[in-house]
Amino acid sequence: MKKSISYIILSVCGLFMVIPFIWMLTTSVKSQLEVNKGNVGFLPIEQHTSYEENGIIYRVTPVKVEGDSTYIHVFDKDMKRIRSYLKVASSEITEKKEIKLHFENYKEAFTKVPFKRYFINTLFVSISVVFGVLVTGSLAAYAFATMRFKGRDFIFYLFISMMMVPQPVYLIPSYVLLNHLGWIDTYNALIIPWIANIFTIFLLRQQFKTIPDELFDAARIDGCGRLRTLWTLVLPLSKSVIVTSAIFGFIGSWNSFMWPLVMTDSPSIRVLQVGLSYFSQEASAQTSLLMAASTFSILPLVILFIFAQKQIIASFASSGLKG
Amino acid sequence: MKKKFDYGPYLYILPAAIIVIVFRLIPIILSFIVSFYDWTITGPGKFIGFENYIMMFHDGEFWQSMLNTFYLVIFVVPVSLVLSLVFANFLNGIEKLKSLFRSIYFIPTVTSMVAISIVWKIIFNQQTGLANYFLTKLGFDPMGWLAESRGILDIILSSLGVNFQGFIQSFSSGIGMNYNTLYLLLGGPSLALFCIIIVTIWKGLGYNTIIYLAGLQNIPKVYYEAADLDGAGKIRQFFKITWQLISPTTFYVLMMTTIVTFQVFSQIYLMTGPPVGGPLGTTKVIVYFLFDKGFGESNNLSYASAIALVLFAIILTLTLFQKKLEKKVHY
Repeated sequence: MKKSISYIILSVCGLFMVIPFIWMLTTSVKSQLEVNKGNVGFLPIEQHTSYEENGIIYRVTPVKVEGDSTYIHVFDKDMKRIRSYLKVASSEITEKKEIKLHFENYKEAFTKVPFKRYFINTLFVSISVVFGVLVTGSLAAYAFATMRFKGRDFIFYLFISMMMVPQPVYLIPSYVLLNHLGWIDTYNALIIPWIANIFTIFLLRQQFKTIPDELFDAARIDGCGRLRTLWTLVLPLSKSVIVTSAIFGFIGSWNSFMWPLVMTDSPSIRVLQVGLSYFSQEASAQTSLLMAASTFSILPLVILFIFAQKQIIASFASSGLKG
Repeated sequence: MKKKFDYGPYLYILPAAIIVIVFRLIPIILSFIVSFYDWTITGPGKFIGFENYIMMFHDGEFWQSMLNTFYLVIFVVPVSLVLSLVFANFLNGIEKLKSLFRSIYFIPTVTSMVAISIVWKIIFNQQTGLANYFLTKLGFDPMGWLAESRGILDIILSSLGVNFQGFIQSFSSGIGMNYNTLYLLLGGPSLALFCIIIVTIWKGLGYNTIIYLAGLQNIPKVYYEAADLDGAGKIRQFFKITWQLISPTTFYVLMMTTIVTFQVFSQIYLMTGPPVGGPLGTTKVIVYFLFDKGFGESNNLSYASAIALVLFAIILTLTLFQKKLEKKVHY
């Protein structure tokens, strides 16, 4: 009994969570004509008025009813008007409802905007960032976790304090700095400032610290240098934290918006989120195209999420249990 | 014999340190310097001291965006906190379909704010949106949603037949205060900002639920078993055991949500701008305001830096406050 209340509440609220996504999908395959007519429900149902003449069914729109007859506009297959104000008997017109999916919306969105290019740019930037974050992160975390050196704790806490600075705070001076370096509107601006992630360093350091000293001693006796110990001993033992860091890095980079919006301008290096944002301004009235583009842009992460949901949710959950 | 200085560790830190110093530390220092000049996109201007800060405190737009940010935080944080705790409790109590529900709640967290904002913007579209579609189906009048600048209190009271604007009119002349200022203060967030509030809660709910769920799973079952033996009801158990033991998590969720909500930008930019932050500036929040000053028409990077530093001061204060208070609530 109590369980069923839980299920009902969770289902109702769950519906509220997914409705925007379902509506996005169904609207993305509707014809704009239908949407503008006010057919904005969930099902992509189209209502057609048609008129048959000489065995051919024409799409028509009724204009005026006069007694038993109706004036209609007649359209051909390409929705071009071929006859106007044709007077026919009302009984000859039929109304028909059908489900029709307009997948061509996706094609049209792609021809209007170079989304393929944006997609490749985003993928390139995100993969570079993840790679950089893992390399710089594991090197630094390795030193912080296993080596003794002067200033270690000071440097570590300096890093941690930098983590608390929110992005909007360093956005403006970063623009000034990148402008000075001549990096504005280049891939450098999108990648280089992000190839070190303090949270990743923190996570990896916590993980590396759990590796018992005996293992390091054994490696040293075997004549393993520092770098080789990191590569052959430490990293293989830290796979799950590395995957967590990679997931965080990828999702963060894929979804980042404000930074690329400010730092880049030309379409050739534009990333998906920025491209989508410009498209939403240009095509604000074309809701089905916008929905198609939005669907396309979130698809990679949703697929990633479906395949790695346990890992992803566990990663995010662990972010709350730090310290 | 003196041991040779081992520079090895520094080499390991170097790549990360270069990035952190050049792209975090230096920009923050630079930000202080820039805020004392009149620096535009074309380059550095002259030193003007505290003028940017003084200008800010006399700028009505700044205060309005602070008020909007405040409204956003005050609505988003408690609602998100309560809802996510409730969901986490329900999720914790079931076995079947648990991971399905968890995933459904979590999807908005991994999807981009840009795509989500576009979808919600169309949902709130007056002609072709889902919100008005439901309202008219249920027999209500369609609403203006993102285009509506009236405060929600005004909308609610007006629908009940109360002349809220007339009240503000006479009240403002009575105490000699500007009508618009008083209206913004007492009318509550505009309906447009309220839409942003809904989207912000919706987006962050999954993350908070997951954090709470992890916290709940850490509470040993023996406490509940003991309470059952003592005959304590479920609601009593929640307040006497769960709520007490979950307080560190509540604290984390509270602080993180507050800090993140202070930095809301994408949904404002995409749903109610550009060029203006919503109807009559009622959705202009602090980060959008600094973005607009820095990269909009006026291109005043110095003024934008000063605003950013005020935001930083607020967030830093909250963080330090958290650190201090956290020690008190930890069991």
